[in-house]
Amino acid sequence: MHVHRLERVFLGLGVITLAAFFLILIALQVGESFKPPASSVTIDPTKVASTPPFDHPGLRRLPDGSYEAYYVGQVFFWQPSTLSVPLGAKVHFYVTSTDVVHGFLIEHTDVNLEVMPGWVSSATHVFRHPGDHLIVCDQYCGAGHADMFAHIVVK
Amino acid sequence: MMVLDRMNTATTSAQRRLIFAHLTVAFAALFIGTFFGVLQTLSHANAIQMPPWFDYYRMLTAHGVLLALVFTTFFITGLSHLAVYQTENYPHRSIALGWVAFWLMTVGTVMAAYEILAGNASVLYTFYAPLKASPWFYVGAALLIVGTWVALLEWLLVTALWRREHPGERTPLPAFMVLANYIMWFLATIGVAIEVIFMLIPWAFGWVPGVDVLLTRMLFWYFGHPLVYFWLLGAYLVWYGVVPAILKVPIFSDSLTRLAFILFIILSLPVGIHHEFSDPGIADRWKLLQTGLTLMVVVPSLMTAFALFATFEEYAAKLGKTGFFGIVGSLPWGDPAFAGIALAMLLFIFGGIGGILNASYTLDSTIHNTMWVVGHFHITVGGPVALTLLAATWRLLPALTGKRLFSVGLARAQVWLWFVGMAVMSFAMHTEGLMGAPRRVEHYTYGGSAIAAAWQPYSLLAAGGGVVIFLSVIAFAIVLFGTIFSKPEITEVESARAFTFALARPGDNAPSVFDRLGLWALVAVALVIVAYAGPFYQHFSEHVYLVPGMRTW
Repeated sequence: MHVHRLERVFLGLGVITLAAFFLILIALQVGESFKPPASSVTIDPTKVASTPPFDHPGLRRLPDGSYEAYYVGQVFFWQPSTLSVPLGAKVHFYVTSTDVVHGFLIEHTDVNLEVMPGWVSSATHVFRHPGDHLIVCDQYCGAGHADMFAHIVVK
Repeated sequence: MMVLDRMNTATTSAQRRLIFAHLTVAFAALFIGTFFGVLQTLSHANAIQMPPWFDYYRMLTAHGVLLALVFTTFFITGLSHLAVYQTENYPHRSIALGWVAFWLMTVGTVMAAYEILAGNASVLYTFYAPLKASPWFYVGAALLIVGTWVALLEWLLVTALWRREHPGERTPLPAFMVLANYIMWFLATIGVAIEVIFMLIPWAFGWVPGVDVLLTRMLFWYFGHPLVYFWLLGAYLVWYGVVPAILKVPIFSDSLTRLAFILFIILSLPVGIHHEFSDPGIADRWKLLQTGLTLMVVVPSLMTAFALFATFEEYAAKLGKTGFFGIVGSLPWGDPAFAGIALAMLLFIFGGIGGILNASYTLDSTIHNTMWVVGHFHITVGGPVALTLLAATWRLLPALTGKRLFSVGLARAQVWLWFVGMAVMSFAMHTEGLMGAPRRVEHYTYGGSAIAAAWQPYSLLAAGGGVVIFLSVIAFAIVLFGTIFSKPEITEVESARAFTFALARPGDNAPSVFDRLGLWALVAVALVIVAYAGPFYQHFSEHVYLVPGMRTW
């Protein structure tokens, strides 16, 4: 089997580039600087309204100065619909659904979660800019999908 | 001409009828699906308003199912029948299994399409549980899948017969490519078949109270990503097999072609979790593992790019042309089939680059479930794959009907319109997605949000692209029906030569290990176990709640 010299060069460069991409991702994961969301917390989807802390969705302050935000998605709205967050706050988001799959996207941030009934998805974000942040549902959930949004006000 | 003369190009009229039946369903799906497509781009841009009796999401489901699942599966299966019928010295004793496969697929398609159009299955083509469609939608989907297995059975049987008569020989390339694609497809569809038959159907009929949502998604995407390679290998069958025949040069390399298809069998399957980077319940290490495997599946496409440019170079050299512009300029752009296929290859450069970007979860958090993804699959399956199949039709039609094309000029316009429309629409969608626009949304207002208002110009640009694509479909329909309803004009020899598969050059024989598809299927299964043992072990060791599900449309 003969392999042309240019073919070796072309494929070699391709493979080296792909390997470099992969090494960067390994470094990010090992170095704890970027990991994909991978929460493994489950919740009874029929009892969300009576399961703390999702029985009172909203913001809590932790002793270390960071915050936890609990969100519940259901057709076709988010609870809480508006949340006030202090500027510079580090917020850990915990999001679940009571019915079908929703998507929790805070516009212009890296917070972008599939929200499944039975599971609690989580992500962390530091709010460095004041103003209004739009949250949309970015996973099709039914007839009112386009009307499912909320706001985070940073001040 | 020696290359062509070695080829057994004659098909019987019974074989041509079976192929034409597949194309008929494919084109019906194309016309309905693209009509809904252009309406969607317009209503997404708020240029029109869909009436309540035919809402956006019903139409979106029909668009996705009819184009991504029905058009592709029927066209590629019909094309694969032709490739196997044209395979040198293949013993075709019966086409009965081919018809059984066709009718299973067709009954399934009609069942699913009826439920979608009646508004009972607005669950989109990913049918994520616990959105609960009519059970008959899932039954239809299962029949469509199982039908393709019967077609594979026919090809395996004739190959076994041929092997008995030709001991020690390599499976001829057209049949090899078809078998490789459908063996990969078979392994992939086992996942969705388990999901649909053992989970969704019992649940939709109400026999079980709930469904394991994450497990349905893992099984769906175990199938869902190889699905895109099934489409792509349908196009590659044309790129590797038919393009050299059009250019009257031999296949660049028998070994490279087989190795590329073998790599797709092995690497298409263990990558589905890259669609679930944002899902809970799957640990980050499994996501990293499948990212690495996803990057590896780029390699056979790099090989393909090299082989195709080498084929073009060989063709140009015969005409005494060299250098990049000499080669590109010498290609037969006047042939609408060639022009369309070449433009499809050009689109795939952008589709492939986008795919490499998507493979990393660092970018995924920015573009996951946004219009970027919609732009990406329109410049992969909607561009390279669909345009290859539509362009191939301009040679398939004379081969199947014995008639001259109704208008070569209009056929040429058709491929260019599709190319331009898809490039514009996909660019607009990618941009909208980078700006944060979520996918699968009828129209953005979000209470008058300024962020959403910034997406509107790109929604309009995408609608412009959508209209151009629809013009291409109208041109396609005119040439298609014009040709079918004209009188036969070309000789049997011309008709037989219109669509053929090239062979390797004499003496170019791949190592025999490249012909052992069963062995490579086992390697593929082993790699699936490596990639999925962890995620499945994790899933079954956690306490998972079953979800009752509901109809939310």
